[in-house]
Amino acid sequence: MDISTNIAGINLTNPTMLASGIMGVSRASLNNVIKNGAGACVIKSISLEERAGHAAPNIITFAGGMMNAIGYSNPGVDQAKKEFSDLKDLSAPIIASIIGQDEKEFAMMAEKFLPGEFAAVELALSCPHTPGYGTLAGQNTPRNTEKITRAVKENTKLPIFVKISPDSQPIGEVAKAAEAGGADAITATNTMGPGMIIDIQTGQPILDFKIGGISGPALHPIAVRCIYDIYKSVTIPIIGCGGVTYGKDALAMLMAGASAVQIGTGIYYRGLEVFKKVTQEIKDFMQDKKYKSLKDFIALTHKLEK
Amino acid sequence: MEHAFGTIEQPEVLPIADIKQENERVRTFYFDKAMKSQPGQFVIVWIPRLDEKPFSIASEENGRLGLAIAKVGAFTEKLFTMKKGEQIGLRGPYGSWFTTENDYKKILLIGGGYGVAPLSFLAQQAKKQDITIDFCNGARTSDQILFKDKLHKLNINLHITTNDGSDGQTGTVLDSTNECLNKNKYDCVYVCGPEVMEKKVAEQCDKLGVPCQVSIERYMKCGFGICGQCCLDDSGARMCKEGPVVWGDYALKQKEFGHYHRTKSGKIEKTNVQH
Repeated sequence: MDISTNIAGINLTNPTMLASGIMGVSRASLNNVIKNGAGACVIKSISLEERAGHAAPNIITFAGGMMNAIGYSNPGVDQAKKEFSDLKDLSAPIIASIIGQDEKEFAMMAEKFLPGEFAAVELALSCPHTPGYGTLAGQNTPRNTEKITRAVKENTKLPIFVKISPDSQPIGEVAKAAEAGGADAITATNTMGPGMIIDIQTGQPILDFKIGGISGPALHPIAVRCIYDIYKSVTIPIIGCGGVTYGKDALAMLMAGASAVQIGTGIYYRGLEVFKKVTQEIKDFMQDKKYKSLKDFIALTHKLEK
Repeated sequence: MEHAFGTIEQPEVLPIADIKQENERVRTFYFDKAMKSQPGQFVIVWIPRLDEKPFSIASEENGRLGLAIAKVGAFTEKLFTMKKGEQIGLRGPYGSWFTTENDYKKILLIGGGYGVAPLSFLAQQAKKQDITIDFCNGARTSDQILFKDKLHKLNINLHITTNDGSDGQTGTVLDSTNECLNKNKYDCVYVCGPEVMEKKVAEQCDKLGVPCQVSIERYMKCGFGICGQCCLDDSGARMCKEGPVVWGDYALKQKEFGHYHRTKSGKIEKTNVQH
């Protein structure tokens, strides 16, 4: 049985990846995630300057998943270069994640931070809770998506993944713009919303930033639909992201057209071993169905329409 | 352990049930909340529109939770203006805890400064198991010694040290610790305080072949093992989940233990040796 996959020339021994934003603060943590079965990892996003992020509470959970407003805390590009060194010694590909306030800053980030020892770079154009970045800065429009992707493309030879927002509509147009700008893959999706959770004892929103991006089970069906739409719009590979907790969630994304999946909130529900568990559940399913390779059912939902 | 869908990590807003002034900088805030917490675990306290901070649990008895908190910054300054009956949010308990075994006869607890708080919780529990307890409690001055009366009442062997000699023996908590370690055999040693002090104790225990448990505090955001902010070099272990309490020999293998930690942004900062 072959559960390896390939995205833009990068080989993954299994289709589970660590999503950007959690656990990816340090090299040691990435190594720990890989030991727990991740086929690849995306680091927590890096900006030019150090950012403390929003005040706490930053992360809470609710019946349908998780809500966060971290605010892109990161040590800045100079410290991050030291943190994310000797990556070749790790046993899975590491993907950089960069942010910027406009295409010039993205280009500068690419120039200062890449290639390093990264296998690819992911551009987060879709954070819903950080002023100046992502959807709050309009980076999710087709025009800005293309502009930013192109600016990075001109400054790196690394494959580019563009991470897009589930709130961009029509999402296929945003994916097309990324492809036109030179993207090598689409990560679909980022957290949705923003949402708000209010403590009824005090009437106060719990997150200090008041609003936050929603991930986990509530996001899953929306992310599947986004992958399904994007698959019809572009020819580059898609990495599914949004509420993958069990093997069945990953399988649904693969059938909608994804070539790999990213996991974040799933760690909360099933521990760091979620990567191993999801991989095993994919294998069990393939054995039952007598599938030999992921290719046997990637985009199955689309093939059935023909 | 897997979490079921529908589990919720949100602060529960509760009135402050009581407040007790412990020493010049520390007050214990009590809440009527049974959490089934263990010594060494922590809760995260929320003051709306200000911040959220982790605090180790100083006691839980008969449905009343106690947090011994020092006034050290903006968050605790605000907390110290709050009166009995005012509401704040709590979530937890989180993290690993100090453990004892049924066959333990004698243990040594070493608390530096505010590190005394979780260890006094441990002393209370160990006393119920009929374990003999030596407790080294050190601070700079007599005004800063925490829980002196409370520990006296537990009828344990209390060794007080102050840097200026204003109470107990003159010196640091490491002096009384070394005396205890040289004189007695312990089933386990427990240490909580400034990290450089913790490291020295762990090294000494390692040399003597005595098991030792240490509490490692790191900046954290979620408290439930997902943000990745509190992971140690080189294991990547999360100090909110696999920690804060870890075995001393494990701690000594962590290259950042006693040397550095990461700030809120993730930037590396050297551990302060002057405590």
